[in-house]
Amino acid sequence: MNNFLTASNVVKQFANHLALDKVSIDVPEGSIFGLLGPNGAGKTTLIRIITQITAPDQGEVLFRGKKMTMEDVYHIGYLPEERGLYKKMKVGEQALYLVQLKGMSRTDGLKKLKYWFEKFEIQTWWDKKVEELSKGMAQKVQFIVTVLHDPKLLIFDEPFTGFDPINTNLVKNEILRLRDNGATIVFSTHIMASVEELCDHIALIDKGKTILEGNIDEVRSRFKPDTYELKFKGDAQALRNALDSGIEIMEEPTRGNIGHLILKQQSRMPVRDMVTAINSTVDIISFEEVIPSMNDIFIRAVEGTNHKQ
Amino acid sequence: MNKINLVIQREYTTRVKKKSFIIMTLLTPVLLAAMLIIPGYLATKEDNQAKVIAVIDKTNITEGAIPQTDYMKFEYVSGTEVETIKQNFAKSGYYAILYIPENVLVSSKVQLYSNQQTTVGVNEHIVKALDGFFTNIKLKNENVPMDIMQRIATNINVDTIQWTSTGEEKAGSAGLVLVIGYISGFLMYFLIFMFGAQVMRGVMEEKSNRIVEVIISSVKPFQLMMGKVVGIALVGLTQFVIWIALTFGIFYGAQSVLKDKPDGNQTTSISSNIMEKGNTQIAKASSTGKYEEMFKEISGKFSAVNFPLILGCFLFFFIGGYLLYASLFAAVGSAVDNDTDTQQFMLPITIPIIVGLFVMMNAMQAPNSSIAVIFSLIPLTSPIVMMARVPYGVPYWQLGLSAFLLIISFMGTIWMAGKIYRIGILMYGKKVNYAELWKWLKYKN
Repeated sequence: MNNFLTASNVVKQFANHLALDKVSIDVPEGSIFGLLGPNGAGKTTLIRIITQITAPDQGEVLFRGKKMTMEDVYHIGYLPEERGLYKKMKVGEQALYLVQLKGMSRTDGLKKLKYWFEKFEIQTWWDKKVEELSKGMAQKVQFIVTVLHDPKLLIFDEPFTGFDPINTNLVKNEILRLRDNGATIVFSTHIMASVEELCDHIALIDKGKTILEGNIDEVRSRFKPDTYELKFKGDAQALRNALDSGIEIMEEPTRGNIGHLILKQQSRMPVRDMVTAINSTVDIISFEEVIPSMNDIFIRAVEGTNHKQ
Repeated sequence: MNKINLVIQREYTTRVKKKSFIIMTLLTPVLLAAMLIIPGYLATKEDNQAKVIAVIDKTNITEGAIPQTDYMKFEYVSGTEVETIKQNFAKSGYYAILYIPENVLVSSKVQLYSNQQTTVGVNEHIVKALDGFFTNIKLKNENVPMDIMQRIATNINVDTIQWTSTGEEKAGSAGLVLVIGYISGFLMYFLIFMFGAQVMRGVMEEKSNRIVEVIISSVKPFQLMMGKVVGIALVGLTQFVIWIALTFGIFYGAQSVLKDKPDGNQTTSISSNIMEKGNTQIAKASSTGKYEEMFKEISGKFSAVNFPLILGCFLFFFIGGYLLYASLFAAVGSAVDNDTDTQQFMLPITIPIIVGLFVMMNAMQAPNSSIAVIFSLIPLTSPIVMMARVPYGVPYWQLGLSAFLLIISFMGTIWMAGKIYRIGILMYGKKVNYAELWKWLKYKN
């Protein structure tokens, strides 16, 4: 497999529990990869193995086809979930220190920081101490520092916590822009709405195992319940009679004179035939396939594995 | 290693820029110089108020036996009792009442009454004068001829002379050696503890700020730890160098200022008063001369001590001892979440330091006792104890062995601390105990 980032059969054993049990993920280049899972699933451990903070007991991490080394961390931007800044240090000084640690020269770092501070309209913070900033403000600085050195791989662990909707949007757009500029992004979160919005690929980890992986559209269609939502004008009873017995009908409350039905396919009746049957009896306002939300998939997948055990 | 340099730089500059550092750095030499100058200064000045002591002499033979000095006058009062003077003591202006009983030759006891604690100087002056006087009387009573008495009068002075391995002899100074040993031993204790604790606080700050994971995604935990340890060591060395430079600067500065000062009015007027009274005592020297003498004495004593060796040892043992303790402190800081949790781990670290301090006090008196030798070899106490011994002269094999053991053990503690640190800094919300630390030590990665 020729992926940008591959973790294969990663095992990490802590004193009393197995944090990762042969976890494998493949992150395609230029994608936004959602790393999902309930609390304590092992996401942070996996991320720490990718960022070379800890080493796996077994398995390996390949970065651009080669085994990842300490040198590669220059190409990674990592925003950990547990993040902070030195409280007593000035914002600018601190940002400069952190980007220098990522291998940038002082002058380059200064130039780029100026650019980003202007972009986020926070130039006035440069000489402020971090303790004077609010949590959201500090998060902004952290975000800048994470992406400043143009890393090929960006890892965000809950990047939106502490942001108001305006700043969440700002950061979201930046993430998309970074992806468009060629960065590959691994994105770990509990907010499923943002997963739907941003991610191309996902992997769902639970209890140290990968339980779901793939392209997000493919994953969602895999969980498709084969139901369709229909809004129409016309005689509901005539419609029921017209529809084949292979379709289960769940009624929704009718608003005004608009009928609302959820149709569940029992037999594999072609959608086209279904639409023809409906069209011949009532006026269709809308007809669409119900795609499960990531939220539903998450819950179903995690609970599903729990039932198996 | 470019990254570790960055860490060192940050640790260094943020601390050196702090107000508390600047104040400490500037104030301490002033205090140290004052410690060197003031006792000497006071000693030359003595008390500037003349003390008048009333003497009630029941033997009626001692008048003139106690020499008057610039600041001590003895006034013989006859036909009165202690009680009478005591009643009007405050108004009388007397400093004390010296009572010499009739049977003094038998009892060898005189009494000095005062409403305040009399100074050692006054007591010694009286004892010395009367000792000689009554010895002479006793000898006279035994019919020892005057000329024999003069011939047998002896006054022993001890000049301590130390020879070095090259056979060179120099005047020693037991007092100064003791003081230097004490100061450097104590300073060592203080510096190791202070900067070691700074390392611990620094580690805890990074952990509780949650910045540590951001940093170790670009720097190895061991680099971060060592960067902090080295950075703070440099802060300590900077402070130490400034202290030494400023202390000597102030000392020699004060020397030249006091030298150039014109005669102190008070001293001159007192001495001229004495002259007028026709006192036989000659005012020894003008005040300028006195200062000069004082500084000459202090500087002279300095030259008798092997300062380069002491400074060299101090630097070595400071660095070694600091590395040993700082790495332990770093390990503790990484293992805990807050200050209160540090207590249980601090104890095993503080105990050796305190033991070192106590043995050091002992070693100042007996620098070659077996306890002093042993504890100056044990790495956890050696930096402190050895410093008390170095000014006295320590065999080179002991210095070498002590240094060797220290190097071996700080390398060991750094290695150990690195293992604990690496796990500890990412461990939140967990009460850690010794068993847990032991597990961390055994983790491979």
